[in-house]
Amino acid sequence: MALQSSIEEVTENFSLFDDWEERYRYLIDLGRELPAMDESLKTDKNFVQGCTSRVWMQADVKDDVFHFVADSDAHIVRGLIALLMIAYQDKNVGEIAGVDIEGMFKEIGLDQHLSPNRRSGFFAMVERIKKLAVNS
Amino acid sequence: MAAERALEMVADILKCRDDFPVLQTKMHGKPLAFLDSGASAQKPQAVIDVMNNVYEGGYSNIHRGLYEISQNLTADYEAVRSKVAEFIGAPSEKNIVFTGNATEGINLVARSWGRTFLQKGDEIILTEMEHHANIVPWQMLRDEIGVVIKTILFDERGALDLEAFERLLTHKTRLVSFVHISNALGTVNPARKIIEIAKDFYPDMRVLVDGSQGVVHNAVNMVDLDADFYVFTGHKLYGPSGIGVLYGKEELLNAMPPYKGGGDMIERVSFEETTYKDAPYKFEAGTPPIVEVIGLGTAIDYVSAIGMENIAVHEAALLVYGTEKLREIDGLTIHGAAPEKAGILSFTIDGTHPSDIGMILDQCGVAIRAGHHCCMPLMDKLNLDATVRASLGLYSNKNDIDQLVEGLHKVKEMFK
Repeated sequence: MALQSSIEEVTENFSLFDDWEERYRYLIDLGRELPAMDESLKTDKNFVQGCTSRVWMQADVKDDVFHFVADSDAHIVRGLIALLMIAYQDKNVGEIAGVDIEGMFKEIGLDQHLSPNRRSGFFAMVERIKKLAVNS
Repeated sequence: MAAERALEMVADILKCRDDFPVLQTKMHGKPLAFLDSGASAQKPQAVIDVMNNVYEGGYSNIHRGLYEISQNLTADYEAVRSKVAEFIGAPSEKNIVFTGNATEGINLVARSWGRTFLQKGDEIILTEMEHHANIVPWQMLRDEIGVVIKTILFDERGALDLEAFERLLTHKTRLVSFVHISNALGTVNPARKIIEIAKDFYPDMRVLVDGSQGVVHNAVNMVDLDADFYVFTGHKLYGPSGIGVLYGKEELLNAMPPYKGGGDMIERVSFEETTYKDAPYKFEAGTPPIVEVIGLGTAIDYVSAIGMENIAVHEAALLVYGTEKLREIDGLTIHGAAPEKAGILSFTIDGTHPSDIGMILDQCGVAIRAGHHCCMPLMDKLNLDATVRASLGLYSNKNDIDQLVEGLHKVKEMFK
């Protein structure tokens, strides 16, 4: 399953694509593999504010291990969340700060999604993960 | 003869596209189909040039210099005030306050007029289709002094219910504040009629019109309209950002206190007492956006040369074309079908989120807006959290619509 892959495998897969369409198709497919988030977890508390699409995230740190569930009503954002799962899921909090998420997104040509200018829930979510790792 | 003239007009307006340098560029390697003029319009070369010319050939502060370039620029700056007055059919340049944008205009009225002339229990009527800019300033006033906010509902077409409006009017109503053209649905509200109803009910009822889209899509005339306040912004009118206009009736502006203090708005300052200049200057504290005002003047010259009526005819024809083309797409719903509608197409497609559509269209070279369009109460009413909005400008053409439609077919294919 693609969500078990490593950052390296994902970036390699992306490098094989010739055009944006293949990249986005792969992203949409990744989004389809995202485990369902329980509807009861889609609360105001777990809602991540954005202008264009809705994002929910619930994250925990247990025994220094970071684990989260998240969802969005937009397919492509679900794909982006899947990339975050590959990068962050079940990592030790110490490792989280060391993840070069910007570098990864840049390499696969999706770095515009990490721009604060988009005012997206997705960007806010990445900020939340980073903060959570620092504060744990 | 009339038909010939109409054809010439269409040809003329289609040529205007060449005046906009950005529209000659590409996005993701595709010709740019810019359908987000409702958020901010592109600028014609003339506007870009005049602003460069000021910086290169005669920039200084205004209202202060004894030297030639300052005096010339002051004269040019004040000439724009008269030009704006003429453009919107205002009685005089004294009715024209320069602001940063339409939002600032509404905030100015809420802070200055609202805090002075309203008291606890007074009622303000808004509509359900307002932009946040015409909601939040009134809520701030409500929280501060206890005014009551009521809203006029709209029907399934996106048209306001004027009978419901009449029922909302009470002896406590002091202000009706509504959007001329809805940025999210394109509805052209019957502004003249709403003002008539309000003033018939109570001649001293004040009416503010948010003309951010209104002034862009057709000609307006303040004397005919009889609004007390009318606000708009330069950047949607093919001018620069950072400059907006508040039109106000002279006696109202004169009765209102300044809401910002500083330089350029005073007659005399001592530590005991300060006297203010007359309107509009008392509302313009500090160095204004000088070059932006000059740019706005040129934008007004530009659209006036084309003719606002011609722009309206062109956009109306394109709206019909776009509506027909979008209706052919399976699963697509257009939101907003008011009898009077301007060049704004808001829609959703079953099974895809507006954010997905926006991202795929971006790759197809099509610029649209996806989201709540700063109208969350309107979205709640429609049971939506977002729509895709394609908005037209004077330079829009059928190719833009065709490129949009092609992009939407790509969206459908990718999310099958």
